[in-house]
Amino acid sequence: MTVLAEPTVRRVRESQLSRMLDGRNTLGAMFMLPAAAILLLFLAYPLVLGLWLGMTDTKIGGAGRFIGWNNFSSLAKDTVFWLSVFNTTLYTVVASIIKFALGLYLAVLLNERLPFKSIIRAIVLLPFVVPTVLSAIAFWWIYDSQFSIVSWVLVKLGFIHSYIDFLGDPWNARWSVIVANIWRGVPFVAITLLAGLQTISPSLYEAATLDGASNAQRFRYITLPMLSPIIAVVMTFSVLLTFTDFQLIYTITRGGPINATHLMATLSFQRAITGGNLGEGAAIANAMIPFLVVAILFSYFGLQRRKWQQGGGE
Amino acid sequence: MTAIDNDIEGMAYLDRFPRRLLRLYLPLGLILFFLLFPFYWMATTTFKPDAEMYDYEKYNPFWVAHPTLDHIKKLFFDTDYPQWMYNTVVVSVSATFISIFASVCAAYAIERLRYRGSRYVGMAIFLAYLVPPSILFIPLAAIVFKLGLYDGNLALILTYPTFLIPFCTWLLMGYFRTIPYELEECALIDGASRLQILTKITLPLSVPGLISAGIFAFTLSWNEFIYALTFISSSENKTIPVGAITELVNGDVYHWGALMAAALTGSIPVVILYSFFVEHYVSAMTGAVKE
Repeated sequence: MTVLAEPTVRRVRESQLSRMLDGRNTLGAMFMLPAAAILLLFLAYPLVLGLWLGMTDTKIGGAGRFIGWNNFSSLAKDTVFWLSVFNTTLYTVVASIIKFALGLYLAVLLNERLPFKSIIRAIVLLPFVVPTVLSAIAFWWIYDSQFSIVSWVLVKLGFIHSYIDFLGDPWNARWSVIVANIWRGVPFVAITLLAGLQTISPSLYEAATLDGASNAQRFRYITLPMLSPIIAVVMTFSVLLTFTDFQLIYTITRGGPINATHLMATLSFQRAITGGNLGEGAAIANAMIPFLVVAILFSYFGLQRRKWQQGGGE
Repeated sequence: MTAIDNDIEGMAYLDRFPRRLLRLYLPLGLILFFLLFPFYWMATTTFKPDAEMYDYEKYNPFWVAHPTLDHIKKLFFDTDYPQWMYNTVVVSVSATFISIFASVCAAYAIERLRYRGSRYVGMAIFLAYLVPPSILFIPLAAIVFKLGLYDGNLALILTYPTFLIPFCTWLLMGYFRTIPYELEECALIDGASRLQILTKITLPLSVPGLISAGIFAFTLSWNEFIYALTFISSSENKTIPVGAITELVNGDVYHWGALMAAALTGSIPVVILYSFFVEHYVSAMTGAVKE
């Protein structure tokens, strides 16, 4: 083995390989065909079509004309649209922060020595597995104005005197859907962060303990920095999903009362499908794109940082 | 998943029980209660007769005094529910198979054939994964209509892969990367074709990855809502989530018992599947984020 220099071996292998991989470009194209066909027709093309639709006055069942930025300028004067932007922002910011805090806390708890650990872990993930609409129906019932179990318990305990109108009052409705969103999102954050926690070597904690670090210090100076790349990615996904959420709102409030819980996605559905103004709906959907691009860039840099931390990188 | 049961807190045994109770079990118990309560409430409502459901004075709402199967019976015999269940199964299974097939080919090509530009395609796949259905459903509705697929299972079977393929491809790329390249080189030297290598070496070695991708794709399809709501109009073509939300509500009359029964029975298939493959599910979920 020492006779042949390493570069020679590699060159021989490479020339053999390149001969065998002759035509791998053609082969690659053939293998890509099924995925590419579906993604180009049903993802890339609609993405472009959606951008174009947003600049037309297309109605359901009719061809539209190009009207440039008119949809956007009329949206700029549309108070319901701005309310939906406000709701979307509030919903995303509040729900994401609480999901993160609660998810991280739960991950740290699950990382402890626990009996029935794997069963508990499996249970924690349930809200994420069960179809969102179906669990949202359960929340809808929990928030019922007359038969809410939450109101009943609070009345029995003497905290309140009359039943809470969860979905009839604008702010109550906003908090109610935010709680449902947190319920649905915490498992994803918790389990993913738990996976991240388990990659941190225990010896780091032992060394820190020997140096006299307190629990809080170990968390601040070991756990958080080691976890930050995965936190960046998880939170990007979480923010992305919350920002573009449709199912929870549509099921629990349909945007009501008086548009108080309309998100951009539900308003876009209402204008485009229920109202028949495809062009206007598409314009609202397109208005979400700048936010998404920011979130994606954030995720991209999160990934880069992770590669850098692992000593990878290309 | 890496070793789950590593004891991170090496000296945790020094903790006295009362302290652990307060610091660990109590908060954990509260969070678990919060996470599980909606399911409990779903289940009790399903089996409660109407008289108990609307009377909190005479009956304790947390218990079912006289369990009944009436709501489930109503759901199965007086509504299109069995048809929705059938549609959901057909759509989820077909979309999953199409996606796995397309993703295996694509991931193999990107990761192993390394054709020119494959790195950029890999990047594009990741970006496609981040495109949310809520900005695609309007133009997709126009396309579905133009292709004559409106109000049929095929509309869903063909559009669900748009969010399944990016996910599965990304997952399988990571999986294929863990299989030693040398195995394929040896087979190539022995004269195996690319297709033989894929079916005889790569795929058998990546069965866990395939299961992960399959389970995840299936639950994502089962869960899908906005496309099914937009592309389907007649009751008998709906999927469970859409049917439950649009057909079980007559004007202002909510059939809570039937709604809860639909929510419960519509969740059970995915939960059963999930409980069998929990490890795969978790590794798919975390893997896709960590890649």
